[in-house]
Amino acid sequence: MTRLPTHSKENTMHVELDEPKCVASGQCVLAAPEVFDQRDEDGIAFVLDENPAGDTLDAVREAVAICPAAAIRLVEQ
Amino acid sequence: MADTLTSSGTGPGPSAPVHEFPMPRAAGCPFDPPPGLSAAREEGPLAKVRLWDGKDYWLLTRYADQRAVLLDPRVSADLTRPGYPLQAPSNGKNNISFILMDDPEHARLRRMVTAPFAIKRVEALRPAVQKIVDDLIDEMLAGPKPVDLVEAFALPVPSLVICALLGVPYDDHDFFQENSKILIRRDAAMEDRMAAHGKLIGYLDELMGEKMAHPGDDLLSGLVARVQSGELTRTDAAQMGVLLLLAGHETTANMIALGTLALLEHPGQLALLRDTDDPKLIASAVEELLRYLSIVHGGRRRAVLADIEVAGQVIRAGEGVIMPNDIANRDPEAFPDPDRLDLTRDARRHVAFGFGVHQCLGQPLARMELQVVYGTLYRRVPGLRLAAGIGELPFKHDGSVYGVYELPVTW
Ligand code: HEM
Ligand code: SF4
Repeated sequence: MTRLPTHSKENTMHVELDEPKCVASGQCVLAAPEVFDQRDEDGIAFVLDENPAGDTLDAVREAVAICPAAAIRLVEQ
Repeated sequence: MADTLTSSGTGPGPSAPVHEFPMPRAAGCPFDPPPGLSAAREEGPLAKVRLWDGKDYWLLTRYADQRAVLLDPRVSADLTRPGYPLQAPSNGKNNISFILMDDPEHARLRRMVTAPFAIKRVEALRPAVQKIVDDLIDEMLAGPKPVDLVEAFALPVPSLVICALLGVPYDDHDFFQENSKILIRRDAAMEDRMAAHGKLIGYLDELMGEKMAHPGDDLLSGLVARVQSGELTRTDAAQMGVLLLLAGHETTANMIALGTLALLEHPGQLALLRDTDDPKLIASAVEELLRYLSIVHGGRRRAVLADIEVAGQVIRAGEGVIMPNDIANRDPEAFPDPDRLDLTRDARRHVAFGFGVHQCLGQPLARMELQVVYGTLYRRVPGLRLAAGIGELPFKHDGSVYGVYELPVTW
């Protein structure tokens, strides 16, 4: 996976999604549509952009907070 | 099964006072949680409540604790577990599918019906929902006034939508709305609720029989295919169908009617919606009204399977917990100035759809319907106003979903 350029000294953050936990609520797709999407067959979420930065990173933080299944983690790299 | 509940009789706190639950709302404050509940939250994170069965259960008052417990696999949504806080007398059987099951069976069944509720699939339905809403408003404007907004608009919108999605003929709406009303009334006799449920199951079963012969591209036809492939029993399929049909219209209908009433009582907020076509503001208004009204107000209920700790207190296996989202959504730690309706605040973290693995399956659909409704009704009917005093309105204090039975309006 290619790293997106980071604009600040902030470390790159990596998005992890624990698929078996996902309950297909769609909350992450609403919060950060650039980073999350859902599978056609069952609505389970997957990650489009594993290394978001800037405003997109804030949107991912919101997704982490509202995911009802605690299936999303942001890990510092 | 009643005997197995006694452990909770000795459970909660040694000396704390016991409150009866559910508690009444204050006269004249139809949008606020019962004062007793808010007081309990101010007193501390945990309280003791007594239900209709005379037994005591833990009440969790704080947003953060409720979310943590709803995520915890050591609590169970299975009403047959010892300590489960039953809403009303029950025959001890789960007949409404995965909403009362635990993983892995809950996840297996839920994933069979998640695809049509994915954000993109729901977005694709928006133009059709807009048309339904516009047509109903045209009809209303052409007809006599005053009119009952519940009957003329709030109930038909979600009913038409969920019928189309499931493949249920809308012409049968009198039948299933009548029976779902009985099913969700707390004070209905158990026999009446069982009979209503039996009729709905029979209806869904017959419909699925027809779909076996003539499959369509609707959700029920999808379930029928799974019955045919052996993944699902026909009874499980019918129970899932009833769950989706009920959950799909009662809730959203109440958000439309009660939400409209709340806006009419807050004219400044109503004006924000009437004068905008900004999808962001409309979406934010939907989240705030969901938070502020928290219509599924009976409290999420769970049985504790293994000892857990909440706010420093151990809650034992076999005890039951009740987590009312109306007070969680008014917790000042989570939402500053929580009793103010403010359509511009960021309310997305509310728990009006629950939290944990049972968080509402239909939330993307409910959101989209409410965005279309709130974004259209007040713009098209700018003079909308109540045709009765708010004190005369019949509120649904007796149901597991809060709202108004009737909303007479004129313009
Ligand atoms: C504004 C409207 C709605 C509200 C406020 C609402 C609220 C809720 C809440 C609070 C729960 C959690 C129950 C629990 O944890 O015990 C829930 C679950 C559920 N809702 Fe909704 N709901 C709404 C609309 C819908 C719609 C349109 C559907 C469509 C079919 C639906 C289907 C379901 C289902 C199937 C569940 C069970 C999910 C599970 O157990 O995994 N709801 N809803
Ligand atoms: S918010 Fe969580 S549960 Fe919902 S779709 Fe995204 S990952 Fe899955």
